[in-house]
Amino acid sequence: MPIGSSLAGLFGRSPIKPLQEHIRKAHQCAEMLVPFTESMIAADWQLASDAQQRISALEKEADELKREIRRRLPKSLFLSFPREDLLDLLASQDKVANKAKDIAGLMYGRRMTIPAALAEPMLRYVRASVAASSQAVKAIGELDELIETGFGGHEIKLVEKLIEDLDNLEQDTDEQQIAIRTQLFAIEKELHPVDVMFLYRIIEEVGELADRAQRVGGQLQMLLAR
Amino acid sequence: MDLLAQHGHILLILACVFGLFMAWGVGANDVSNAMGTSVGSKVLTIKQALVVAMVFEFAGAYLAGGEVTSTIRSGIVDPEAFTGQGHLLVYGMIGSLLAAGFWLLFATSMGWPVSTTHSIVGAIIGFAIIALGADAVKWDKTAVIAASWVVSPLCGALMAYLLFRSAQRLILDTDDPFHNAKKYIPYYMFAVGFILSMVTMKKGLNHVGLDLSNTESFMIATGIGLLVMALGILMMRRIEPDPEADREFRYASVEKVFAVLMIFTACSMAFAHGSNDVANAVGPLAAVFSVVQSGGEVAGKSPTPHWILLLGAVGIVIGLATYGYKVIATIGEKITELTPSRGFAAEFAAATTVVTASGMGLPISTTHTLVGAVLGVGLARGLGSLNIGVVGSIFASWVVTLPAGALLSMVFFVILRAIFGA
Repeated sequence: MPIGSSLAGLFGRSPIKPLQEHIRKAHQCAEMLVPFTESMIAADWQLASDAQQRISALEKEADELKREIRRRLPKSLFLSFPREDLLDLLASQDKVANKAKDIAGLMYGRRMTIPAALAEPMLRYVRASVAASSQAVKAIGELDELIETGFGGHEIKLVEKLIEDLDNLEQDTDEQQIAIRTQLFAIEKELHPVDVMFLYRIIEEVGELADRAQRVGGQLQMLLAR
Repeated sequence: MDLLAQHGHILLILACVFGLFMAWGVGANDVSNAMGTSVGSKVLTIKQALVVAMVFEFAGAYLAGGEVTSTIRSGIVDPEAFTGQGHLLVYGMIGSLLAAGFWLLFATSMGWPVSTTHSIVGAIIGFAIIALGADAVKWDKTAVIAASWVVSPLCGALMAYLLFRSAQRLILDTDDPFHNAKKYIPYYMFAVGFILSMVTMKKGLNHVGLDLSNTESFMIATGIGLLVMALGILMMRRIEPDPEADREFRYASVEKVFAVLMIFTACSMAFAHGSNDVANAVGPLAAVFSVVQSGGEVAGKSPTPHWILLLGAVGIVIGLATYGYKVIATIGEKITELTPSRGFAAEFAAATTVVTASGMGLPISTTHTLVGAVLGVGLARGLGSLNIGVVGSIFASWVVTLPAGALLSMVFFVILRAIFGA
């Protein structure tokens, strides 16, 4: 027998946990880039193909989560922070997953060879970008603590520190990007021109991944500012 | 008067049976909202919630249910209007019990939330109008009651908002939430014990034979407050920070400390609910009893005999034990977001509002007051998401329940009058 209760009906499904689940899924996409890059450097196409397909699958799952969250946010739901902020946050989280998929797709599609001199810096660079994504997950993970304290000053300070660290991580990837481009510039005449162009592109894309992770932090900061 | 001499006993028995049935309904259905909050926040298991409810609903009904029972019995209909026609009052009250009970069953089977208070008040107004016309209703008192239905959720909201803000400022948003929790929560515990005792005693433990002066009430209330506080401190002593749980959620240990406070507010919710809702079942019974016993005279002011409150209290407990615990479990599953730091604010605010209304003799809806209180916590940004469409559905239920109760009551009145004679 269905029991109607105004009290039970009062509690909507909180979007916080799904939002946190979504960014964890997006980060899984980004994380996968490390083993992917390693297998590309080793020219192990089978392993690389597996990794690339895994990233694609994870990105699809993230998309599905995103659609679920959007579906479950009716206007009658009163949230402790503005609905637009939540949706913007969701969108920027999703962009991280998309970028990871694009990078893997492009590199694998061209069976891209990383020049030996760039192998190690490239791996370090990808790791740094993924670290930025990981930091973003940490920051979003604080959302339930934020709600617990009703967006109290202490918790906000803690989150702002996390976001500051995120900015630093992104800054680090910027510097690494400049270094790698310089290295590539030094040897580009010896390489096939088309390959070189795509190498430059991939370097840019990996930097873009970190940028997008930073933007998640920025969105969170705007949410706190209200 | 002949009618009453003839049928008085049957009518009284009918009133007792239906009154008991209504009380069972209150225990089976209504209490679940009051106790569901404690089960949902994992402060009490269902068994513990059942025990708490049984003890404190009983206490609330018996110790503090008298004023509202008086209102239901003789505060809505004008006893003067029924002079010489006491039997009509008897039919009407029995009919009201039937109407409210029927409506309760029907709405529950459809899955609609229903307020037993609104049903019975609507029913009583209904039969009074059809029996003797609009003059039979004390419209000024009815207006006050209607106003209280709007004021009580607002009051719950305001109190809960302030309570939660204070908890945020003193405990949650500080450098050391855990130790501040252990420091400040005892004061909240004192407040729970003190305020509830004070409000209960101010308005009348006369029917249990205790006539207390204001000073005596104050001192006893302070004593009870201190007792509660001492008990709470003892229970909190054993709680230590749990680093494992805190890694998942930094405030896990703090919430454990709040949980002790919420045990006390859960008791106060049961008490408050019993004090206000027992009248829905036994108020009409009290009216019938006084008319039948006096052989037809409709006296407004004789005190409610305490066995009637006892009957109501017992009915509620039986309802809880046979069916209510299932409903509590169902509702508890949906209210998991109400952690102890939020739950205590909502429960404390709602309980205080309801007990105050009981003291003033105003029948209000405990559930709606609790909804208001939860919204108050939500406004303090304490909850992730709330479905405010529920507010609209509450208004809708008012619009439907009052006429439904009135119409059903009119029908039963006419039937009873046909059976037993005008």
